[in-house]
Amino acid sequence: MTMKIMPLVLGAAVALAATAANAGTLDDVKAKGFVQCGVSQGLPGFSNPDDQGNWTGLDVDYCRALAAAIFNDPSKVKFSPLSAKERFTALQSGEIDVLPRNTTWTMSRDTALGLNFVGVNYYDGQGFMVRKSLGVASALELSGANVCTNTGTTTELNVADYFRSKDMPYQIVAFEKADEVVQAYDAGRCDVYTTDASGLYAQRLKLTNPDEHMVLPEIISKEPLGPVVRQGDDEWFNLAKWVHFAAINAEELGVTSANVDEMKNSETPSVKRLLGTEGEYGKAIGLSNDWAYNVIKHVGNYGEMFERNVGPSTQLGIARGLNALWSKGGLQYAPPVR
Amino acid sequence: MAVEDARPERATDRASWINDPKVRGAFYQILLVLALAWLIWEIIDNTRTNLEQRNMATGWGFLDETAGFGIILNLIQYSEISNYGRALFVGFLNTLLVAGIGVFLATVIGFIVGIARLSKNWVISRIAYVYIEVLRNIPLLLQIFFWYFAVLRAVPGKREMGTIVPGVHLNIAGLRAPAPVFEEGSTPTVIALILAIVISFVIKGWSAKRQAATGQRFPVLWTAIGLIVVLPLIVFLATGMPISISYPEFRDTGPMLMRGFQEGTGFVLIPEFLSLLLALSLYTATFIAEIVRAGILAVSHGQTEASYALGLRPGSTLRLVIIPQAMRVIIPPLTSQYLNLTKNSSLAVAIAYPDLVSVGGTVLNQTGQAIEIIAIWMLVYLSISLLTSAFMNWYNKRMALVER
Repeated sequence: MTMKIMPLVLGAAVALAATAANAGTLDDVKAKGFVQCGVSQGLPGFSNPDDQGNWTGLDVDYCRALAAAIFNDPSKVKFSPLSAKERFTALQSGEIDVLPRNTTWTMSRDTALGLNFVGVNYYDGQGFMVRKSLGVASALELSGANVCTNTGTTTELNVADYFRSKDMPYQIVAFEKADEVVQAYDAGRCDVYTTDASGLYAQRLKLTNPDEHMVLPEIISKEPLGPVVRQGDDEWFNLAKWVHFAAINAEELGVTSANVDEMKNSETPSVKRLLGTEGEYGKAIGLSNDWAYNVIKHVGNYGEMFERNVGPSTQLGIARGLNALWSKGGLQYAPPVR
Repeated sequence: MAVEDARPERATDRASWINDPKVRGAFYQILLVLALAWLIWEIIDNTRTNLEQRNMATGWGFLDETAGFGIILNLIQYSEISNYGRALFVGFLNTLLVAGIGVFLATVIGFIVGIARLSKNWVISRIAYVYIEVLRNIPLLLQIFFWYFAVLRAVPGKREMGTIVPGVHLNIAGLRAPAPVFEEGSTPTVIALILAIVISFVIKGWSAKRQAATGQRFPVLWTAIGLIVVLPLIVFLATGMPISISYPEFRDTGPMLMRGFQEGTGFVLIPEFLSLLLALSLYTATFIAEIVRAGILAVSHGQTEASYALGLRPGSTLRLVIIPQAMRVIIPPLTSQYLNLTKNSSLAVAIAYPDLVSVGGTVLNQTGQAIEIIAIWMLVYLSISLLTSAFMNWYNKRMALVER
């Protein structure tokens, strides 16, 4: 029942929320002592609770980095698991402070929905998963397929665009929760399961026989995933952006959670500026000067987050690919701290 | 004038107007209205300010924008290039479809089970009792999941026929049956069918009147069946058999993906619809059964005895004496069960049945216009409920005991 009621409650919250709650998110966060972070309801590698209710994942690490920057304590985060449908309303109504929930950056979301995208913490694209026994080698052979997906996502639109442009008939079966999509696909209701490629690898682990399924080579869309904040609070927007950039800059400069204390003595100007031993960059975003040091010390740089959550050594085993640094042939690039 | 003067003067002098109950009553009522008006104005104003501050789009213009997503079940023409308004209408029709058929099924099952519960046959009444107690005590959402996920895994896969009787097949992609295809020139046959049904009703009315006047009976049932079968059949043959039957076509050669039943052949009910319909009607039927039982028990036993004494058989007693009186007790609570079923159909979103809430949710997510969508949801469910209520109240008035 919760899923039925949530949008209503949130809608009412939008209507009633005091006008003052709009600005000053940082002050609110400091006053209440934690960051309220909207995440998925369970997507391994991005935001997933374990048996004890501890959240892990790339998106979760971003929340922890924010908390580390503000409070010097990565545990000062509370998580709100949200369905794809609820997520934006929750952010708009002030229910949560930031939304890192493998959310695709699109124009309409960035504008008409009153949201701001902080950056891209994972470059993704939509893919298809099928049973190997179907004998399909390419998405172009999927004419007439039953396709399972999540409702209220860009994937639902991409798949419609793809099949329409290729003039292939298809039937969409769209569920509210990712778990139900997996169950229905596993039961054989659908021939194809479509979502972001990273999600396919993650959800495949939940299937009865993961080895009987394969991800097709085609990537049919651009899905830049990143954290989102509300429009109208530039201070909070800046802070959220620079916590993200700090993690990428740290990787580029070779600063890791292991060597950050040594690096504090570094003579390299860019490292000094990042770690706050030179300049007053923390003040400009309303934090102490060692904000980035705290992020790297407690959570690590972007590369470390990636390796820990989705990298080749994890169950997901995703290569860096597009998510490598720009200097290593990828797309991850952050403006300099100066 | 003389009358007014006769009023004792101290009545107005005794207390000031502050203590006048009429003035006080009016004062508090005005206060309440003002407070309510202020609250409503505050909500509207606050919402508008908040939306503006957050640069969120508002208004109803989005209904004309292209939807861009597909819907698995559409009763009217719909494709990805249709607009949001049409998508919502498709969802609305799907809600009506499952609620309408669900109400019918739940009523039929509920009446049968309710009567069975009172049966003198121990086995039948126990079976009805167990059915009621088990199904009404399990949350509806769990039952929907059961019918969808548990039963779905048990039926044959998409590439197997799963024949139940020749021509009718059930597999994971849905229930398939032969479908009539109305070709050109089929209109007279359809008109003949409708005409036959209308005539049957007229005969029924005439026969009831005649029986009341003269006591003579007329075989209405047989006449009606004869009419409804024979009249359209004659027209059908005379116009050159313009209606054909499309059988579900099954293919088990060629590429794996192309095997199974072919789209566009036969008649298909998708599993999402079947599960939701079964869950809703079986669940609501348990409540209706109890209502029917209560209604029948409310009719005093003397009525049954009197009816037996007149020589009526048990079936006729139930149909002609007990049920008409029981209906007066049954109809009001039955109305609320119908409303419940309709509102519960919004649980469809859990199993991918594209009802109004499910489609509306997608539209909400694509456009971000939460307030408009939620307003549409509330308005639609409120209207359906009020219309159902109005109809049932009218029916209740018709059935109610006319006191003279």
